This record gives sequence, C-alpha cells and structure tokens, in this order.
Amino acid sequence: MARKILLITTDQQRYDTLGCNGGTIARTPVVDSLAASGIRYERAHPQSVVCMPSRSTILTGQHPTTHGVWMNGVPLPLDAPSVAALLNDAGYRTALIGKPHFQPMLDPFMRFIENALGDETVPTGGSHRGFEHLEFATHGPMGPLHYARWLAAQHPEAVGMFYRVLDSQLQVNADGGGDTAAPQVHVNQIERGWYHTDWVADRTISWLDSLRADDDWFCWMSFPDPHHPWDPPESEVGRINWRDVPLPAGYPEDRAEREAILDAKPRHWRMWYDGSLVSNYEAPARWVPATLTPDQVREVNARNAVECELIDEAIGRVLARVGERGWENDVDIIFTTDHGELQGDFGLLFKGPYHVDALMRLPLIWRPAPSASAQTSTVTAPVGLVDLAPTFCSIAGLAAPEWMQGASLPVNDEDAALRGFERVLTEWDSELFGVDVHLRTITRAGWVLTTYRRGTVHDGSEGELYDLADDPRQRNNRWDDPSCRGIRDDLTADLLANLPPARQPKLLLEAPV
Amino acid sequence: MTAPRASIRREVRIRSGADEIWEWVGNPSRLPEWWPGITACVVDGDSRTITMGSGLPMPEQLLTVDRLQRRFQYRITAPIFREHTSTIDVHDLGDGTTLVVYSVDADPSTMALVIGGAAGNALQELRSLVEGKS
Repeated sequence: MARKILLITTDQQRYDTLGCNGGTIARTPVVDSLAASGIRYERAHPQSVVCMPSRSTILTGQHPTTHGVWMNGVPLPLDAPSVAALLNDAGYRTALIGKPHFQPMLDPFMRFIENALGDETVPTGGSHRGFEHLEFATHGPMGPLHYARWLAAQHPEAVGMFYRVLDSQLQVNADGGGDTAAPQVHVNQIERGWYHTDWVADRTISWLDSLRADDDWFCWMSFPDPHHPWDPPESEVGRINWRDVPLPAGYPEDRAEREAILDAKPRHWRMWYDGSLVSNYEAPARWVPATLTPDQVREVNARNAVECELIDEAIGRVLARVGERGWENDVDIIFTTDHGELQGDFGLLFKGPYHVDALMRLPLIWRPAPSASAQTSTVTAPVGLVDLAPTFCSIAGLAAPEWMQGASLPVNDEDAALRGFERVLTEWDSELFGVDVHLRTITRAGWVLTTYRRGTVHDGSEGELYDLADDPRQRNNRWDDPSCRGIRDDLTADLLANLPPARQPKLLLEAPV
Repeated sequence: MTAPRASIRREVRIRSGADEIWEWVGNPSRLPEWWPGITACVVDGDSRTITMGSGLPMPEQLLTVDRLQRRFQYRITAPIFREHTSTIDVHDLGDGTTLVVYSVDADPSTMALVIGGAAGNALQELRSLVEGKS
C-alpha cells in the first residue's frame, strides 16, 4: 500500500489570506494546522497568473510555453501529459472534484468534454486525463457542470440567487452590489449547505466513501472560491464586518501616491487603472479601477475572507472523514491555489499582466503523510506549481518522467540548496481583440525581474525590477536604476538561459475563457 | 482602446481541389457534417437555423452563396448579436491544395471569439474529412 495524495486547490487566493502566512482577517485553523505539522512555502509562484495555463501546469508539470496553454481560452490538448494518468497507471484510484478548467468554459457548442459530460461522473473510456471520477463545479449555477445540474434539480429556487458572472454581452460583469457597490460583490441568499464550497467537500467525501480501505488514491479537490464573484452565503457574511477590515498594506490610500507608483511601472498598468486599455478578459471590461473606493476594498476583502473560512471548514470535514476511514497516517496533503488576486493592491482588483506578489505569491503547504516521518519546516527558496507533479510522483514512489520540467518540492531550505532551487519563472501572453501583452518573469535571490516583449503598448524595452527585501510591496521599480544595472543584466541573462522550450505549432485561442 | 466589435480569422490549407471543398462549404445544409458541436441545421430559403450542442438554436440569414468566387457569407440574427457577419472564402492555390479562410466580425466582441474559435476547430474537422476521404 502506497501513500495516498489529497491535492486541495482553491482559485485565485492570495498568500496572505491564511493565518499561517500572517493573514489577520480570515480564520483558517485547519490549513494553519496542516502548515504547523508540515512544510510551509514562503515563495511559491505559479507559472501563469490565470486559471487555464496554471491548472495545466499543475496537471502536466510543464511551463505554459511547453504545454501550450498560453492563456485562458486555449484548450489543453486531450493527449497532453498528465500526472493523474501516471498515478492511475500505477494503480491509484483517481478523482477530480470541483473546478477543472483545462478547457474553455464558454462553450455553447459543447465541443469540450469537460462541458459535455452531462450527468456522467465516469468518462467514456474509463478515464479523462487520468481521472476515473469527475464531478465538476465552477463559480455559480450556470452552465452544464455537475454542480449546476445538481442545484437546478435539487434546489431550483437557489439558481437565481447567485451573482451573474457574465453580463448580457458575455463580458465579465462589472455590476456592483453589497453595501459599497463593489464590482462582483453580491448578496446571495443561498443556504450554506447548497453553496459550491460545501458541495465540493460533500462530493469528495462521497467519493472517498466509495473506496476500499486499502486503495491507493489521488484526489484533486478543487474549490472554485475565493475567486470572484464575492457572493458567499449571506448567512455567513456576518462573520466579518467589512467596516472593521483594515485596508491592505498593498493599497496606497492616497490617490497621488497610488498613481505615482503606477506611473513608474510599464504603461499598461496605468492605462488599465484609467480605463483606457483592457488587455485581457479576466477583469470586467466596463469597470475602471480608478473608481475603486477604500470601502469597496474593505468589503471585497471581507467577503473574500468569508469564502476562505468556508473553504477551511469544508477541508476540515473532508479531513475528518479521512481520519474516520483510518487513512490519517498515510495521506499526503498539499494545499495551494492556481494564482493570486490583486484585491486592492495598487488600487486594482482581479488579475491581469501584473507580475507582483498579489498575483504570484501563493499559499503552498505540504503536509507529508505522518508515516513518512518528515520534519516540519518553512521553505524560503523559490518553488513553483510546476514542481507539484514531480512531488506527486515522489510521494507515490514513481520516477518523474522526463517531460516534467520541475522537481519534487524541497522539504527544507538545505534540501532546496542541495537540489538547486534557485529560481522560479512566470509568463504571460495575451492576444485579445487586437491587444497583445507579453511578459517573462524570474524570481531569484530576493529579486523579481520582469521583461517585456514587443506588444500593443510596449516596445520591448520596458521592464520591472523589485528588491523583495527592501520593497516587499513592489512599489519601487528599479528597472532604470543605474545602481541595479548589474543585477538587472544578471537576472535577464538567467531568465533567457532558462526559458522552457515552446510547443510547436502554437495552439489557438478558441474561446474567451 | 477596446472596441466593441471584433474580428477573428481562422484558416486551413487542405490537400484537395477548391471545387470539392466548395461542395462542403457552399451547401448551407451540410454544416453539421463538418462543424463539431452543431447537431442540426434547417435551411428555408435564405434562412438557416442551427442547433448547438447545448441545445440552443441560432437563427441565421444567408447573405452570399457565390459559386464562382467561392464565397459564403451569413449573418447571425440572434438578439445577443448587435452585429455579425461571417465569411468563408475558398481559394484555389493552384498546386492541388485549397486555402479556406473563415472570418468572423461581430459585436459583442466576445461572441466573435466564441464563433471564430469554434470555426477554427470546424476547419480542422473539414480538413480531416476531406483528406481522410481522398
């Protein structure tokens, strides 16, 4: 019998939303407890700051350039490599429960299998990307996924209670709600037990209950929250009074200071803030960040924290069932997310081509199976989501195949130094309706450097350079600072030397998201 | 910087003559044969209604069916579109291959990508069907 693996992911969750990472708004005792008894990573980065590329990296163990999903809307090929398939071939029972998003969700033709499963939970042929059990959910009750079907069948009165994620033009909705009219905030009267967070936990428990005690298993439990819309069950919103929530440290309240910080960055930052450029689909096209108020930031953060608390409690229920099944000592638990959320930093919300900690610094916790007798630790070396798939192989006693580009996560900083965890890369390529933006970022030795390729509003000479020790909020762009020329040249050369190979031919954008 | 109207273009080169390709593309009733995700299609004069895999109907108006230029154009008349024109051009490259270009212009822009993305997939299917047959 091998060690079992529970991969828990959330969607668009910041590093600082967990108590164990210094968060003070949400109470997250379950995940904090995993961190206390396991390994907590302080510098874990995604290889893309949007969902589809990042989730494809988790599954394939490859950078976006290599697996080919360069932006939301580019489907991961069905024959792409999959760590779940490796584990399944090795005898693991496998399940993906919650949000998948390896294929576009906006799919009226139902061309993509993730949308076309109907009520089936076992895919045709016995498995899909190595998963033999599939139950899908996304951020609301619309669409063809299992959660939407379940809610429509069991609680049809709740379907209309959610925020409408897309507007009548199928753009990300800019409508505001709550007390402050913040975008994507909404009062949702749904009963807590019907909300997708608890549904994901319920379905995970049901699948675990279907297994034999001696089965080896890999379960990816994928919560759609705390990604916007911020519409948690209203019964739970009273946990945190938004008026008591402090403004985040990353939010410069003084408008002149905020805009001066933006002006020191490549011009697409300020252009989006002012509403003169929309470069990607993931933020509401009709919302202008400059209109964001301090109270809206507070309310967004409060509701986000409520969603984080609900996730933490849902994880607690699943772990309790793991214990009841007698698996506690043999289960490795990994908690992370696909990317972060701006959540008020620099006066911005949502996500886009902005490679700063708000979007890149992720919560990552690995609680090895107690039977493995691992030591608790905190890892400060840079690691990436690209390292997850090799880690699963290591846990299962499998050799990581050559197509994986990461390495099994280090168990402490000494291990990281010995095995060469020096740098982590993140990339962005968007091409939408005549606007393209291209970023390549390296994080190494306490610095973050981003280079720009030629695009609609960039000539290719722009860049960002931040000293994480002196400037943890990345407010002071040192790209043009003569005293930093040496580190800039060194990091740029290192970035170019370590860029992953590109998939050929380039995959096409097939949908907005 | 963000216009509501968008253009999406997809193309495919097929190892077959233009006349054969036109037999598929120029016949509005044959669309479900080569467009994955279209389950039915009813043509009545210059009106065509397709049914998508989600079950949603999509009403269309045929604008151009020009056998000599090998150009097919239609307009989607569903209310979500403020404006839409799709154009399929079939070009004989003179070397036994044919270039098929599918252009979608639409407002709202999101729908241009929804239709254009699926059209790209359909062109790949068309190539598989034609080249697999020959």
